[in-house]
Amino acid sequence: MTAIFRRELRSYFTTPLGYVFCAVYLAASGFLFAVFTLRSGTSDVSSFSRMMIFGFVVLLPVLTMRTFSEEKRLRTDQLLLTSPVSVTGIVLGKFLSALTVFAGSLLLSCLYVIPLGRYAAEHSPVNGARTFGCFFAMFLIGMCFIAVGIFVSTLTESPVAAAIGTMAILILFSTVSLFNGMIDSYAVRTVLSWFSVYARFANFAYGIFDFSALVYYLSFTAVFLFLAVRVTDRRRWS
Amino acid sequence: MIEVRNVIKYYGNVTALDDVSFTVNEGEIVGFLGPNGAGKSTMMNIITGYLSSTSGDVSVCGIDVLEYPDEAKKRIGFLPEQPPLYREMTVLEYLNFVYDLKKCTLDRKAHIAEILSVTKTADVKDRLIGNLSKGYRQRVGITEALVGNPPVMIFDEPTVGLDPKQIIEIRNLIRNLGKNHTVILSTHILTEVQSVCDRILIINEGRLIADEKTADISRAVGSNRTYSVKVSGPRRDVLRELRALPGVKGAEDTGDGDSDGAVFAVEADRGVDVRRPMFNMLASKGWPIMELTPRGMSLEEVFVMITDEDEKRRASRGVKKTGGDGKR
Repeated sequence: MTAIFRRELRSYFTTPLGYVFCAVYLAASGFLFAVFTLRSGTSDVSSFSRMMIFGFVVLLPVLTMRTFSEEKRLRTDQLLLTSPVSVTGIVLGKFLSALTVFAGSLLLSCLYVIPLGRYAAEHSPVNGARTFGCFFAMFLIGMCFIAVGIFVSTLTESPVAAAIGTMAILILFSTVSLFNGMIDSYAVRTVLSWFSVYARFANFAYGIFDFSALVYYLSFTAVFLFLAVRVTDRRRWS
Repeated sequence: MIEVRNVIKYYGNVTALDDVSFTVNEGEIVGFLGPNGAGKSTMMNIITGYLSSTSGDVSVCGIDVLEYPDEAKKRIGFLPEQPPLYREMTVLEYLNFVYDLKKCTLDRKAHIAEILSVTKTADVKDRLIGNLSKGYRQRVGITEALVGNPPVMIFDEPTVGLDPKQIIEIRNLIRNLGKNHTVILSTHILTEVQSVCDRILIINEGRLIADEKTADISRAVGSNRTYSVKVSGPRRDVLRELRALPGVKGAEDTGDGDSDGAVFAVEADRGVDVRRPMFNMLASKGWPIMELTPRGMSLEEVFVMITDEDEKRRASRGVKKTGGDGKR
């Protein structure tokens, strides 16, 4: 697993993908931060976080699109699958490397809080718990999105198809809470609300550590990684 | 060393392998011979654990591939049809990655230096794989299979797409590896297995139709020798005399020829060397032989021959079976 993790991480930065991701992430987050906190003169980062999560829908699929589809296309999966490494190890290695690139960019964007403390402090002091909660929730939601992206990447040989497919699923997941109220059937509403990644964000934004939401995000990630393992395993039997 | 028992593989409704069984002994170089789509790659992918068989068992060094995949995979070095190379890595980075992936315990630097020298890839070790030529990529692929010094090496069509000089080099390399490793390689080139392998497994439409020592196949292939003879003389008379010659099974006028003479295809009876009587006869008539070339059997002809025999064998078994059914 560590060998795959290290190779993946290195490959993000020996190909342009990692740099492009970091650059676009920082540019987008910087812009959104300027508009939604600094310009509105508030120290509340929750609206910035909400916008960023919509940004993740477009950005994170780019990070995960190649993980499995490229290996299949170039037949390098034959090396991985004929090595003494479990499929779970392969999936986890790839997941953790994508998560590391994302978390690194997120950590860099945490620096934005510093000017916030200096300029916005006069009329609305920075609330540590709320700010931390927002960034922590962003990390958790990003983690879920990466798991979905890796799962979709195992389904296809085309990175572009993987990216678009992931975006479509993520758009659905992050807008469920918007249209869910319009659905009459209680059963459908309940099932859809399980996938409403966005709805569980609220408590973190109030600075409350929502343990059930944490468990939700972790199990959401685990389910999609498990599906990725199953799909990869199943290919051998088809 | 490698044991394959009753392996069957279906892709949906298509039968890729139909009840294949064979064993490979330690230190043997075994060639899988068959046309494209015969099931060679499928068989190799099943041995290496990349694919699973629908039914049947495969064991490597006595370890069941399905039950203890990690232990079995540690003992196999595999070069797939398309070498699994990451273009954005240098050769050295790539080999270090494979070293970690295979959880090797040998001394890293010394081992990688050694296998680089075995495959003569040391001079490109710092270059990006994406910038290497086809021949070098193939060799880096073989180097990858050597990482960890596994006792079993499996090469899927190792010489496809290489130029003649590279093909000879790769064949020599594999022959050398065969001294210390058990090797299976697949190919659709008859001369390749003849020059490299100790034993040949011929596979066609998913069924194993021959499992013979290379020498035996060569004899079988050589048993009905055909020659191409260019004779300076009157076409019709020469053809008549050739056909009349004892030991000649048949002769044809190929229609080819030039100012030197006409070209005939002469097929000898099984086990008869017809060259001497042919020479004496033509010389006595005053029709000099301008060229005499033995025509090697092509893979297609070998196939036709072996599949024919196989079908005859199956048919005779089938007759017995129906006979038994009739009594019931």
